[in-house]
Amino acid sequence: MERFVFLTFDGLSRGAVYAAFALALVLIWRAARVVNFAQGAMAVVTAYAAYMVSDAVGSYLVGFVVALVGGLLLGALVERGLMRFVGHANPLNDVIVALGLVLLLTAVVGIIFGGEFRAANQPFDTRAIEVGGVPLMSRYDLFIWGTVATIVVLLALLFTRTAVGLRMRAAAFAPEVSRLLGVNVGRMLTLGWALAAVVGAVAGVLILPTELGLHPHAMDIVFASSFAAAIVGGLDSPVGAVVGGIIVGLILSYVSGYLGAALTPVAVLAVLLAVLLLRPGGIFSGVRARTV
Amino acid sequence: MSTTQVRPARSPISRLITPRRTGPRRGSTLLRHLLWVAIAAVAVYFVSYGIDPFRNYQLATVAAYLCVTAGLTMLTGLNGQLSLGHGALMACGAYTVALAQNEFSDRGVLGAWALPVSLALGVLVAALAGALIGVCAARLRGPYLAGVTLAVALVVPAFTTRFAGLFNADQGLSVYVDPAPAALGQYFPPERWQAWIAIGAAMLSLLIVANLVNSRFGRAFKAVRDDEVAAKLAGIHVARTQVLAFVVSAGCAGLGGGVLAVISQSVSPSVFGLTLSLNLLLAIVLGGLGSLFGAAWGALLLVLLPYLTTEVTRGLSLSPGLANKLEGNLPLAIFGLTLIIVMLVAPGGIQDAFRALGRTIRRRF
Amino acid sequence: MLRIARRGIVVAACLALVAASSACSDEAPSSSGGGTAASVPGVTDTEIVLGTHMPLTGPAAAGYSKISPATKAYFEYVNANGGVHGRKIKYLVEDDGYNPANTQTLVRKLVLEDKVFAILNGLGTPTHTGVLDFLKTQEVPDLFVASGSRSWNQPEKYPTTFGFQPDYTVEGKIIADFVKKTYPGQVVCHMGQDDDFGRDSLAGVEQVLGADGVKEKQKYVTSNTNITPQIQAFKAAGCQVVISATIPAFTALSLGTAAKLGGFKPQWVPSSVGADYTTLSGLLGEGKVLLEGLVAPGYLPVSTDASNPWVQLYQKVNKEYNGDAPFDNNIMFGMTVGYLTVQALLKAGKDLTREGLISAVESGGFKNAAVGPYRYSASDHSGIGGMQMGRVTGGVQAAFGPVVQTDDGAGPVQEYTEAPATPTSNGIPAV
Repeated sequence: MERFVFLTFDGLSRGAVYAAFALALVLIWRAARVVNFAQGAMAVVTAYAAYMVSDAVGSYLVGFVVALVGGLLLGALVERGLMRFVGHANPLNDVIVALGLVLLLTAVVGIIFGGEFRAANQPFDTRAIEVGGVPLMSRYDLFIWGTVATIVVLLALLFTRTAVGLRMRAAAFAPEVSRLLGVNVGRMLTLGWALAAVVGAVAGVLILPTELGLHPHAMDIVFASSFAAAIVGGLDSPVGAVVGGIIVGLILSYVSGYLGAALTPVAVLAVLLAVLLLRPGGIFSGVRARTV
Repeated sequence: MSTTQVRPARSPISRLITPRRTGPRRGSTLLRHLLWVAIAAVAVYFVSYGIDPFRNYQLATVAAYLCVTAGLTMLTGLNGQLSLGHGALMACGAYTVALAQNEFSDRGVLGAWALPVSLALGVLVAALAGALIGVCAARLRGPYLAGVTLAVALVVPAFTTRFAGLFNADQGLSVYVDPAPAALGQYFPPERWQAWIAIGAAMLSLLIVANLVNSRFGRAFKAVRDDEVAAKLAGIHVARTQVLAFVVSAGCAGLGGGVLAVISQSVSPSVFGLTLSLNLLLAIVLGGLGSLFGAAWGALLLVLLPYLTTEVTRGLSLSPGLANKLEGNLPLAIFGLTLIIVMLVAPGGIQDAFRALGRTIRRRF
Repeated sequence: MLRIARRGIVVAACLALVAASSACSDEAPSSSGGGTAASVPGVTDTEIVLGTHMPLTGPAAAGYSKISPATKAYFEYVNANGGVHGRKIKYLVEDDGYNPANTQTLVRKLVLEDKVFAILNGLGTPTHTGVLDFLKTQEVPDLFVASGSRSWNQPEKYPTTFGFQPDYTVEGKIIADFVKKTYPGQVVCHMGQDDDFGRDSLAGVEQVLGADGVKEKQKYVTSNTNITPQIQAFKAAGCQVVISATIPAFTALSLGTAAKLGGFKPQWVPSSVGADYTTLSGLLGEGKVLLEGLVAPGYLPVSTDASNPWVQLYQKVNKEYNGDAPFDNNIMFGMTVGYLTVQALLKAGKDLTREGLISAVESGGFKNAAVGPYRYSASDHSGIGGMQMGRVTGGVQAAFGPVVQTDDGAGPVQEYTEAPATPTSNGIPAV
């Protein structure tokens, strides 16, 4: 029982970060109808910037701000400078360009910083708070949860209560009509990518201290798990991303703890199949059109 | 003259480059494809004698990938199902061939028929896995199917570690392969024999896919991709079509994986990871989605691009400090940049670019 | 008309095929592996070409990407001082990204296209296992494989393949022997990578401590960075000594995770693979205080031991020929491999052939920076057979105690009492 409680809290901690990353993927899907395979590599680039600055200046907060700004710039740059020009005759072209971008960014980071693991130190105490002898969450885990919750709330407010958010939703849902109504669809697309990149950058900065360290391939596995989480929750639903992240985090923790670390990919596949067989669009997918 | 169309005068050059598309095809599809296969086989025979052993090995690798890309381009290009898990299906075929070949050699059962039987078993196992995945994924579309197949791709190391007694975990298995038949000569390089095996398998894969595409099943694939509701109204059973496409492409992947196991004489899980699945996707899109020529271009690129980018960077002479940073990373950066540029310049892939070139030439002359 | 033309093509093709099959044939290769010096692949009057496959990029590149530049730097140093019997060594390094598929292609390229004389220091168990058969068929010397697997010690099956570092079972036995003598009666646990690294290490440990000597055994995979469940299992079992077969990233992760769980401070004894202080402190950053008291075996001098003559030699070479790269145990490894290779090449003589090189290595008796003996012989292709324990005290990792040796079978762990070798005055092995 004690182990179960421990594993549950461990899973929730990991799940928070997968939730944040899945949120970034959902944002881009809703804005541009494309799965951003380069999300992990972009998060690595901003994470390097953040930690380099943070180490040089000695303040975690400054690094965090650098991550935010860097994410905005990188997302806008990728959309304006690259994704805009990719032909949409074939939806796979975006994927291939994203994969090429991953190779390019990873290699450039490797050239500049080298392939060594660098320490990514946490700003808060990582010792778990024990309740009744069972280690639960640490202060750093609480910080992660707080940040992810803040992001979700801010995004919800942005999309539902602000004019910009309304324009972004219109541009994603019906681009032609929005253009006729005066919405600058291109700029909304850029903004969507920039926001998603910011969320991804924050997720990257949050998770790196709990991983092996900062190195060019640090986010590869996180991307795969977060993609699964976004699928489980439904690509169209931000709430789904968070729920999916929690589910994936819990499953990974339980399987690691009871069945062995090697079997976690099988568990992820099982969860995906179980959810998608019942609801092919993910848990929070909307009502589908009637089919014949 | 009974035609109702006015055909423009065509010069010999344009007739050579762009075939006529007016009127129904005459003659049997199978015979026409078999003729192409025969011509290709003769061409490859001569080519394999003219090149050195390493190039033969590269040719064999290209052929192995061609088995897979043929099926994958049919699945993704013509049937619209995006699969990121074909590396795992290749692993099914490869491990089956490895276990079968090792079993044959352990029991001393040898002979020319042993290898085709192993390969056939590999195809069967991969097709079964494909059927399983296809049935589970028949209702999934777009990124949801991609997500499931991505999870499938990541499962291979878990399987080999869990059943380490059989699959020997990360270290993998070595594959026993009979040497080339003595009748071919004492100094016949083994790489050429491997190339012949691989080319034979690729020809078989291409033949099957080409015939399938030109049949009513192929038309059903395209119909479901273009408009599912209309296809259903026209009487096509959508789920069955999806599963059939998946099974055939899985069988092709199994064949490709088995051939890869034979030419490298070893299998291990990290060969068939997510990187391979993504590379296969890269190959079919770069080559030209939906076209078998595109599949060929893609397979060729998959082997040549890493080779060429490394050769280019090897030519640069750098100081030790700079070399430390650039070695390994620079070819990858060039590779990534090449992908981006090709996608921007030729969004339909290489085969599409050639077709456009052919049209331009035809218009000029 | 078209049908006749088509039939004509088919007939012509068949005739051509028949004619060609009689015309195409292969001649005997102009040079075989054991020809005269002029026709030995990879050897000319001025040059010896060696090749390797290493993960220079990819998730496994951390640390290992520094080995081949160090070896190359040492070869440059030797070349600048006359080379080996007047020949300069050319070292071709191919990046396989730790993907066995790439290794297959790259090793074939090195052997068939670049025509190297020998393959040296190929890194990785899954990557190198796949090319053993090819190298055997081609009769290419496969020297000093950079991995602790026991697969390289199969003289009957792979006569041209040689290991280099102590294999994981030898290391497990040495660690277990130390733990048995130093921490008697304490609860011992084992953390292993879920592949041959962890398995062979555990086998060695259990051979010395007994099948019930290890209370809790846990495994991890490199694709899953959440090892909190495993560490918590150790804590729940009350482990006081944890022997770990972990790569540096996971050694650091284990230490960090244990600290997070609060009140769990066992004695960590990691494998030499994941125990370099410089690497670990780089990984842990501010958390490097956790390394205090860490005990681990090693088979080379500690890279921070400035009083060791080998360290001084390598640092000099590193400064002049390796762009003064950060000096850690990977550089020690790379340069020792280079030194050993030069020793073997010199022993093979001026009339250099592949068979001659194999015999030279099998003659054994090499002495260099390695603390333990090289076990090379006609029946043993394994490599270094001895190690010495090291401890981190006050932020400095230093060796202590005797050098002990053993084999990967049932042999006992014994002391190795020969004096350590010192480098020659110019740092290049004597003939």
